[in-house]
Amino acid sequence: MVKTDLLALLVPALPLLGAIIIGFGRRRLKGNTAGMLGTAMVALGFVASLLLFLGHDGETHIVHLFSWIHVGAMDIPFAFQIDALSLWMMLIVTGIGTLIHLYSIGYMHDDPRVATFFAQLNLFSFSMLLLVMGANFLVTFIGWEGVGLCSYLLIGFWYTTPEFNYAGRKAFVMNRIGDIGMVLAMALMFYQFGTLTYVDVMKQGGMMATGNPLIVTATLLLFLGATGKSAQLPLLTWLPDAMAGPTPVSALIHAATMVTAGIFLVVRSSVLFQLAPYTQDIILWVGVATALFGATVGLFQNDIKKVLAYSTVSQLGYMFAALGVGAYSAGMFHVTTHAFFKALLFLGAGSVIHALGGEQDIRKMGGLKGVTKTTYMTFLIATLAIAGIPPLSGFFSKDGILASTFAESPLAYGVLVFAAMLTAFYMFRLLFLTFFGTYRGKAHPHESPKVMTVPLMVLAVLSAIGGALNIPHIFGGHDWLKEFLGTAADGIGMEHLELSANTEWMLMALSTTLVVLTIWYTWTLFGKKTTLDGDTADMPFLKRLIAKRWMLDELYASLFEKPYGWISKHFFSIGETKVAVPLTVGTGKAALGLGEWLRKVQTGNTSFYLFGMMAGVVILLIITYFGG
Amino acid sequence: MENVMTAIRVVPLDHYLILSFLLFSIGMVGALVRRNIIIVIMCLELMLNSVNLLLVAFSAYHSDPGGQIMVFFIMLVAAAEVTVGLAILVLLKRNTDSVDMNQLNRLKW
Amino acid sequence: MLYLFYFFAAISVIAALVVVSAKSPINSVIALVVCFLSIAAHYILLNAQFLAMVHVIVYTGAIMVLMLFVIMLLNMNTVVEVRKPVVTRILAVVTGGLFFLVLLAATRSGLSTPVPADFDPGIGLVKRIGMSLFQEFLVPFELSSVLFLSAMAGAMMLAKKDGTANVNLPPSSEPNDSRA
Repeated sequence: MVKTDLLALLVPALPLLGAIIIGFGRRRLKGNTAGMLGTAMVALGFVASLLLFLGHDGETHIVHLFSWIHVGAMDIPFAFQIDALSLWMMLIVTGIGTLIHLYSIGYMHDDPRVATFFAQLNLFSFSMLLLVMGANFLVTFIGWEGVGLCSYLLIGFWYTTPEFNYAGRKAFVMNRIGDIGMVLAMALMFYQFGTLTYVDVMKQGGMMATGNPLIVTATLLLFLGATGKSAQLPLLTWLPDAMAGPTPVSALIHAATMVTAGIFLVVRSSVLFQLAPYTQDIILWVGVATALFGATVGLFQNDIKKVLAYSTVSQLGYMFAALGVGAYSAGMFHVTTHAFFKALLFLGAGSVIHALGGEQDIRKMGGLKGVTKTTYMTFLIATLAIAGIPPLSGFFSKDGILASTFAESPLAYGVLVFAAMLTAFYMFRLLFLTFFGTYRGKAHPHESPKVMTVPLMVLAVLSAIGGALNIPHIFGGHDWLKEFLGTAADGIGMEHLELSANTEWMLMALSTTLVVLTIWYTWTLFGKKTTLDGDTADMPFLKRLIAKRWMLDELYASLFEKPYGWISKHFFSIGETKVAVPLTVGTGKAALGLGEWLRKVQTGNTSFYLFGMMAGVVILLIITYFGG
Repeated sequence: MENVMTAIRVVPLDHYLILSFLLFSIGMVGALVRRNIIIVIMCLELMLNSVNLLLVAFSAYHSDPGGQIMVFFIMLVAAAEVTVGLAILVLLKRNTDSVDMNQLNRLKW
Repeated sequence: MLYLFYFFAAISVIAALVVVSAKSPINSVIALVVCFLSIAAHYILLNAQFLAMVHVIVYTGAIMVLMLFVIMLLNMNTVVEVRKPVVTRILAVVTGGLFFLVLLAATRSGLSTPVPADFDPGIGLVKRIGMSLFQEFLVPFELSSVLFLSAMAGAMMLAKKDGTANVNLPPSSEPNDSRA
């Protein structure tokens, strides 16, 4: 037990230590020292997580550090919960984190503020670990806000460009809307259960009736928090803009880890969600709509990172759809595989951008497969994985979600399969335009250094074989991940798939066939392309609408920003200038006038003062003894 | 001595009250009327002593030595006060060649 | 015994009136000494021997002599005091009278308080006061020495001829000079 406590403390403490050392010593750390140190800290955290994982016995361990808030009946300890779910997330965060830190050494090599970058990246790792390890909602919430802060800092890392700052601010504000939901949900649960500790909340919540209004409200609020962090409709517009940050940040924060915090939260509270069918329906359809939205918008993006960003939105939609039908293990499985291949995609994109000296427009790329061989091979594996080609990891995880959804709602299944086809289309369009055809840019491309390609290769292996973690029964597997996570989250234990093996085979064959056909169609469109007409003006209406991201930003602008601006303007012109200013200035003037008048009493004559004092004493005595 | 000790049984307490009030009022009127600072200081002393008298009377009538201790401390403070007050007076006289109350007209904004 | 009280009370009041109304400060001081002596007599009547002695020593012996000394040092018996306006004087007397009446009225309910039965005539004796002073009130007593020390130092600071503490008042500003 002592060993567990120590290791559990080390896992978040090491990145925090790294952040502090690098942060305060950033002016003294020369060259690659900061990067090495930051990477080492997260790597050590990964080793500690691995040791914890290997020593895990299926029980839930609470690592109590100290009593944090103790007021009246409220007692909130600062404690970590070590169980299968948090262990799994810890492995993902530290494992992928290590690779991305390593990659960043190469990617950020020329940046003058590289030490600051690694300090913030380490701080992010710490916050994310706090988020997944917290034993109660409040500790999780610290991590929740911490990752939001680091996201903001890292999106605006190149703060000299105003647009990047706006993007960071947008992410921050959008997340704040979701955080309100999270805070309210915590307040509601504390009001109802008197505790915020996960174990106690789940125990007490599990005894309540299905559809209890309180549970429904709490879960809806929690889901609101999750939509903010995980970029679901309607709070998704910040994620594509967040690509302003350095590419490793996009890979780590905005693809692999932070955006899956919402899914983690739902799985953590799966007992409550299991009791709220209304919330589950909402989650399902929000997820499905987001998956479709992201996939459609991804079709016409020309920025390599924007395509991947919308792809992330879309994949997160898949995960939420899985949660909506109660397939928590499928959602977590997709979180895992998505962390592998999306991190790989982003890092590959970063490698391409690095190779082209900062160029992000895919219309100015092409024919790179001969120059950047490693990047091309790993990128191809990731693309095949995300498209769901067997036997790569994406096939198993996506298929798990699709099968679960089909059992619950065939309509949602249909939409998701359509979105999967769109996914294959935009991903292969990206692949073909980047690596096939002829080179259309001006910069001289070159392959990235080893420190960047090694993480790519590791991630490629993981993307390829990651599906082995959760091979379903029909392939002779044991659903290992499901069994493993089932020891932690009660919601996973309640899962049951009412599909015959034949139906499952059919569904798999159908989706795979459709995806393969889509890939072939994409090849005919873009495979041999040497020039590209990127003008959107002559497109039909729907295409134009999609290319403009369904006008979502414009909709928000006219729905919220303009009325807010209008109200603010009128509060200023009426409230400020006509009420507040006269009131405050008038008070000051009144005091001044009264002072001007009253100061005449102050003659300076001491006798007069004495006289006034005596008169005052007489008056006071009269009031005291005759006034009542 | 036995006669003296029984005196306070003969004189009612309210006599002392009235005498004390009278002395205090006279001192107050003096402080208001006169412009010579040393006279004003003397009037203040008179007022202090009227209060002392009242305290001693109450103390004796209620058999509580606390009142007389209080008078003792008032005397201490009065001595200190007169010392400083007369020093100020000397200073004022030396600087303005006058002991008029109206010299002290700077106590304002 | 009651007549003794009336006698000393009459002396006190008359002396007090002389203090207020005398033209020469010397006369005022002499009248005040008389007044204080009669108050000392009252203390003896009230069986407060210790206070009576201290009163005679401190007030009549020290303070009044200090005042006389200052008056003579500053040659003040030759100074002609400017009188205040009649209105002010009438107002002052009215205020004083009103104050007296208000005090009387305020304490009217306590005017006929009978003497408590458990009367202890010995509380004003030196021994009793000393016991009380050095047991119950030792700390204030010691602190008063600090007060005296600071008063002494302050007086010297103020009165010495050339020093930074000298307030530089203008030679002779007009009476009733108002800067308003």
